[in-house]
Amino acid sequence: MSSPIFSLLANSPFEPLQQHMAKVLECTLALEVFFQAVIDEDWPAAKKAQKRVSKLEEKADNLKREIRMKLPKGLFMPVPRTDLVDLLGRQDRIANKAKDIAGLMLGRQMTFPSLMHDSLMEFLDSTLGVCRKANQIIQELDELVETGFRGFEVEKVESLIFELDDMEDICDTLERDIRLQLYGLETEIDPVQVMFLYKIIDWLGEVANRAQSVGHRLHLMLAR
Amino acid sequence: MEIIDQNGMYLLYLTIAFGFFMAWGVGANDVANAMGTSVGAGALTIKQAVCIAAVFEFAGAYLAGGQVTSTIRRGIVDPGVFVDSPETLVYGMIAALLAAGIWLMIASLKGWPVSTTHSIVGSIVGFAAVGVSTDAVSWGEVSKIVMSWVTSPVCAGILSFLLFRSVQVLILDTDQPFHRAKKYIPFYMFLVGFVMSMVTFLKGLTHVGLDLSFGESMIYSIGIGLLVTVIGVSLQSRITIDEDADRDFHYASVEKVFAVLMIFTACGMAFAHGSNDVANAIGPLAAVNSVIASGGSIATQSPIPVWILLLGGAGIATGLIMYGHKVIATIGKGITHLTPSRGFAAELAAGTTVVMASATGIPISTTHTLVGAVLGVGFARGIAAINLNVIRTIFISWVVTLPAGAFLAILFFYILKAIFG
Repeated sequence: MSSPIFSLLANSPFEPLQQHMAKVLECTLALEVFFQAVIDEDWPAAKKAQKRVSKLEEKADNLKREIRMKLPKGLFMPVPRTDLVDLLGRQDRIANKAKDIAGLMLGRQMTFPSLMHDSLMEFLDSTLGVCRKANQIIQELDELVETGFRGFEVEKVESLIFELDDMEDICDTLERDIRLQLYGLETEIDPVQVMFLYKIIDWLGEVANRAQSVGHRLHLMLAR
Repeated sequence: MEIIDQNGMYLLYLTIAFGFFMAWGVGANDVANAMGTSVGAGALTIKQAVCIAAVFEFAGAYLAGGQVTSTIRRGIVDPGVFVDSPETLVYGMIAALLAAGIWLMIASLKGWPVSTTHSIVGSIVGFAAVGVSTDAVSWGEVSKIVMSWVTSPVCAGILSFLLFRSVQVLILDTDQPFHRAKKYIPFYMFLVGFVMSMVTFLKGLTHVGLDLSFGESMIYSIGIGLLVTVIGVSLQSRITIDEDADRDFHYASVEKVFAVLMIFTACGMAFAHGSNDVANAIGPLAAVNSVIASGGSIATQSPIPVWILLLGGAGIATGLIMYGHKVIATIGKGITHLTPSRGFAAELAAGTTVVMASATGIPISTTHTLVGAVLGVGFARGIAAINLNVIRTIFISWVVTLPAGAFLAILFFYILKAIFG
């Protein structure tokens, strides 16, 4: 198109970033159905749920690729290009971990001892809560762009990030508790299985960590 | 002299036709750059943009276009060189007009971003320097003009940066953006009316016979500013907080209030563009007319006839209505990310810069000035993504347009000389 004004204003990467995070959240939330199926030992349902998690992770990957392709070097934005690319990467890693969890649990048809079911779901809930909070923070990106990453909006997002930190702390405590519970029961379970149970607990905690790191990366962008 | 006596009227009619054709081109292609930002930001529909542009471009051209027309007519070439052969000036101006018009047509067809101002200035310098002699060009004036082509985007950028920072500090970065918007935006409305009027009254209206003193200009400008504010506040009062829209994007209602402000800056932009770019079409016409109407003498200080200014304004309006709406639609659809709070800052800064240039008689590129203004907002961290490669495109278009216009003008000049002697 001939007008310089037309070509001057490029497509904003912030809207797609928000869409990507929403997709990542959808992927992690799909773990809820999956875990319920595993607890019920309904393996066909679990397989279906795992497929869904995998499908959503793939969609998130596609969005990520699209965003990366539309970030050429000559683009002048309110925040550096490297910040955005890093943020995108961190968002994506959350979905990756969720997919890994579902894949491994289905592959080994892993079951948790029935005594652990309640604490497991509580731990999962807490992890998903951290992811929801991280998504809420990322959805504030368009408002941050509107205010030029300054002013009252920054304070609002910062308080959300503090809430995120608190939620992740609680999640850490629950992880510790559930690990302690497994320690008490491990002699009654096959040792190889036990190691993989620890691994899944570890990975669930990692999902929350990665969600928290998204919030921290955004916080860094606000500190100017 | 005989050439003028024999063929004078025919040459004049030719110039009128080409002048109208050029003005039509400005309306069809150039106006869209000024109005596209308002459509893209959602402040105006295409129909509204065309109406506003038609009225205010015409007003700007007629009321405030005289100074720049004067410069194009006799500021770039030294009229004294043509005293013995006035027909050369006539051929040259016709050639320049034709060259710029054709270059504009080629560029539009090919989709290249070309400045109508650069085209006409390059063409005139071309025919004068090569067709006559290098002494025929007032190089002092020309270098002043070329320097303005660099300073006008910079000036617009600085103004828009300051304007948008003030918007951030006063309205957007606070905890009550909607209420503060309603409180402070009327001041910006006053500013639009006041600044546009003040600059125009102070220096730009002499060609319509209105020479106002500083005090008189001040009073009328304040009056216009207040009128704009009153209209604006009544329009603004109809806007209430839209809860649904705000849930999706917290600033949706705030932007609606800015959209009202943008209606006025759009008017200002159209006025400014008309005042500066009409000269590209009627400047050469004014030169030819003064030679032929006086029977071959290079008159020194005759004023620009009213009918010429009216012709220019009409040409722009016609081109805009016939074809410009398509271009506005295309540009408007492509720049939806320029929200009203940004758009108004860019338009007010660019409009003010262009009107100042018009008042001092300097032909500048409205489009490049607007680009500078948008960049200024970008530096205030107001825009999500700016494609800096466009700056390179602009430089390339400079480098190509000036010689292209000059070459075509020289060509037509020699052709005309061969036909008419």
